Amino acid sequence: MNATIAYITFRGMLGRRRALLLFMLPAVLLLLAVALRITGNNDLNISTIVLQRFALTTLLPLLALIAGTGVIAPEIDDGQIMYILTKPIPRPVILLTKLAVAIALVVAFAVVPTLVAGLILTGGTAGLAAGFTVGTLVGGVAYCAVFVVLAVASRNAVTIGLLYALVWETLIGNFAPGARSLSIQQWSLSVTDAVSSASTVTSEVAFGLAAVLLVVVSVLGATLAAVRLRTLSVASAE
Amino acid sequence: MTSPLTPSTIHDIGYRHYEGRRLGRSYVIRSLFVHNLRAVYGLGRPARAKVMPFLLVAIMMLPAAGSVAVLAITKEPSTLIRYAAYAVLLQPIVAIFLATQAPVIASRELRFHVVPLYFSRPVGSFDFVLAKFAAFVTAIFALLATPVTLLYVGALVTRPSEETQAPAMPSVGAQTTDYLGGMAGCAVFAFVLAAFALVIAAFTPRRGFGVAAVIAVYLLSSATVGLVQFIALYNNNYDAAGWAGLFTPFNLVDGVQVGLFGASGSTPQGPPDGIGGPVFALVCAAVVAGALAVLYGRFRKAGLS
Repeated sequence: MNATIAYITFRGMLGRRRALLLFMLPAVLLLLAVALRITGNNDLNISTIVLQRFALTTLLPLLALIAGTGVIAPEIDDGQIMYILTKPIPRPVILLTKLAVAIALVVAFAVVPTLVAGLILTGGTAGLAAGFTVGTLVGGVAYCAVFVVLAVASRNAVTIGLLYALVWETLIGNFAPGARSLSIQQWSLSVTDAVSSASTVTSEVAFGLAAVLLVVVSVLGATLAAVRLRTLSVASAE
Repeated sequence: MTSPLTPSTIHDIGYRHYEGRRLGRSYVIRSLFVHNLRAVYGLGRPARAKVMPFLLVAIMMLPAAGSVAVLAITKEPSTLIRYAAYAVLLQPIVAIFLATQAPVIASRELRFHVVPLYFSRPVGSFDFVLAKFAAFVTAIFALLATPVTLLYVGALVTRPSEETQAPAMPSVGAQTTDYLGGMAGCAVFAFVLAAFALVIAAFTPRRGFGVAAVIAVYLLSSATVGLVQFIALYNNNYDAAGWAGLFTPFNLVDGVQVGLFGASGSTPQGPPDGIGGPVFALVCAAVVAGALAVLYGRFRKAGLS
């Protein structure tokens, strides 16, 4: 880890309008949770659907995509990454620092809001809030690792990430159940299921398999990104 | 410092005089339109810019091709995807197309601060915005209408010549009526989606940021409306569920298809009967008019700096 790189990356991510977007996303979740609590629509069934459909399958991949690609893709795009790569800092350290920043952002803007929304909706009932917090945390780490490796490997990282999150996990997952067992979303849901005792949370993948796959994807993503960054040659921007 | 924007103005900036033919305002608009339309699909730009739009077009075509293939084998009319439902069904892909290509139209000139260069020529701000808007509408319409046309052609081609071989197949007349309704729906989709995406992209000129902003607004609105509709239906409140559709682009246009073009709904709950359809249509018109006004203001201001 390198504190200066982390600081610069944080500053780039939280600069003015970008921060507005990052704040807007969890704010909608919290507003929704408060509105449902006030109108009394917060039984376990609805709460699960809010946390699953909104927090886990919409907010989490979106924030991980913005954070995971945002920490490194713009710098590669305009060539500024050279100023960091030419410093005597091992490239894996640079990459791990950026990945850590992305994960920190996802924790701050997706995992913590999920916990708060869960507590607003259900309190401590059936460990639902805790389950989704752990689920979004492990899912967030895996998503960040995948999106960072995409950002290092391709200039179309955002589009490919969107295709994965929206088309593979959601669209194809709706029609072909087989696709669901190969998605970070379902693995996170499996972890959620294991932590929470609520019967409303169901997942397709066994907990052991999901945990192993999450770890494998996270580690593999970080390693691949580090390897790719070591051989990155920066062409001129556009 | 604004000079009179008459159609025939060629500014005399002290070099050679121009004595040739003046091609006029319509030529200006047409040139900008063609340039922007080509830019959406990456034509005239490096191969890297062509990959994504054409990949998305290909993905859009796949379900239509598959559906026609299944229809040809089974002769079961229900296997053909409904024309009006196609855009709603594949909305994630359409949304990705909007998010990646709207910044191409609405962000690049702003990002590189080159809008004043356009307006230093006899191009009106409104003509400029109109050409951009029309180009994006055309691009989205092409994206949506091509697979629907494939479905229609597929349905006609695979139709057995003998009526008795597949008695359940709808007649050619019925197919054509449905198809024309679907095309009208695609056109409304193109207008509303272009308005929605261009406004967001015009206010997020930073690289990569426009994509995130467009997709975030789409995902948040559709997820929120989906939840509100689910809860309203859970409580048997059908009217509230119907009105909630106003707040996300795909449900909004599907409401117009249901209310005005007589299609069956493709969302959990269509607009309320009676007043619902016209209200949804009015909101669509307001969205498009509002977007044009906002874009006009945005580019006019950027042109003065």
